[in-house]
Amino acid sequence: MSRRALAVVAAAGLAGLSCGALAATQSEFDAAYAAAAQAEAQAGALHDQWSPTEAALKAARQAAEEKRYDEASALARRAEALAKASISQAQAQQSLWREAVVK
Amino acid sequence: MIGRIGSIYRAAAAAALLFTSLLPAASAGPRIDPAGDQRAFQAYFERAFPGVALDDFANGPYAVNKEMRKQWEEIMQFPPYDFALDDGKRLFEAPFKNGKSYADCFPDRGIGIRQSYPYFDLRSGEVVTLDLAINRCREQNGEKPLPYEVGDMAAIDAYMASTSRGKPFDIRIPDDPRALAAYENGKKFFYERRGQLNFSCASCHVQAAGRRMRGDILAPALGMLASFPIYRSDWGSMGTVDRRFVSCNEQVRSLPLKPEDEAYRDLEYFLSYMSNGVAIAGPGTRP
Repeated sequence: MSRRALAVVAAAGLAGLSCGALAATQSEFDAAYAAAAQAEAQAGALHDQWSPTEAALKAARQAAEEKRYDEASALARRAEALAKASISQAQAQQSLWREAVVK
Repeated sequence: MIGRIGSIYRAAAAAALLFTSLLPAASAGPRIDPAGDQRAFQAYFERAFPGVALDDFANGPYAVNKEMRKQWEEIMQFPPYDFALDDGKRLFEAPFKNGKSYADCFPDRGIGIRQSYPYFDLRSGEVVTLDLAINRCREQNGEKPLPYEVGDMAAIDAYMASTSRGKPFDIRIPDDPRALAAYENGKKFFYERRGQLNFSCASCHVQAAGRRMRGDILAPALGMLASFPIYRSDWGSMGTVDRRFVSCNEQVRSLPLKPEDEAYRDLEYFLSYMSNGVAIAGPGTRP
């Protein structure tokens, strides 16, 4: 087999592997969604939930119902990132708000 | 030697105990001083907008922008809240099914009392807004509560506010730890950044008051609630203080609270107290 043919076979194999890795399953979505929901609940306990987080969670559920697990998982991960950002904001503001008070 | 070490140990333990006993006071944060806050707040806006009379702050952006004030004066030839005012008077005077009416629930039969709301109820230990009192009156008389943001609630608000026009805000904060905590919660909500856009109420209505946000002139926080309820051209209808709080939170991409949530009532308590002395001018109109 020529070098060129070997390269084509290798590339095809890699492409196949990566396609397999990208296709999310329902269980992967479930795990991503659970993590996002947990972070959003924590943001709720801190009274600082963001509307884009809720929108991402809703869109993730919708995509999962339609069995589009790649998209659903990506949306859940986005929701988790947003929820974590809102938690950071709430924690920082616990003391920072005093800096803004008119004195 | 052992006795000496023992006495040093006891002295150290006593010092530690004394320090520990002082800890709660030391960690409780700065002293809550509503009167001092109010003086600083009003002085800030007087410096920021020299020449604007205290009562004029009730007119929000129209007090601080000449062009908008001209438009407002034109609008006020036929105030867009007039229909709500008529509806509110009719609703306020209509008896409940049991024959009683709103007048039976309020001091001075509900006339000329807007300037004293919200107040801190020492019995229930919570802030009571005028809208909450209206719905509690309804429930005490066997009527269903009204939705808080629009419609009949805004109309009744409009009528009650109109009977207080010219009377300065007179919000009291009793010397009670629960009242002071409610005030402090409202203050924290006002200054705390929230939402994906990372804005606080103060970002727009203190730090950027009088400046443009796209096509809008941001209203100063001082006197802001004295014109409520308002007819907003943007809404195309009347809205209560709750409607404004909810829509502000939505605009900064924060998940809004439910109307009359304790945090919103505390916020209204803080903001109204900051405006003590500004005459009630509601109902009002905004772009």
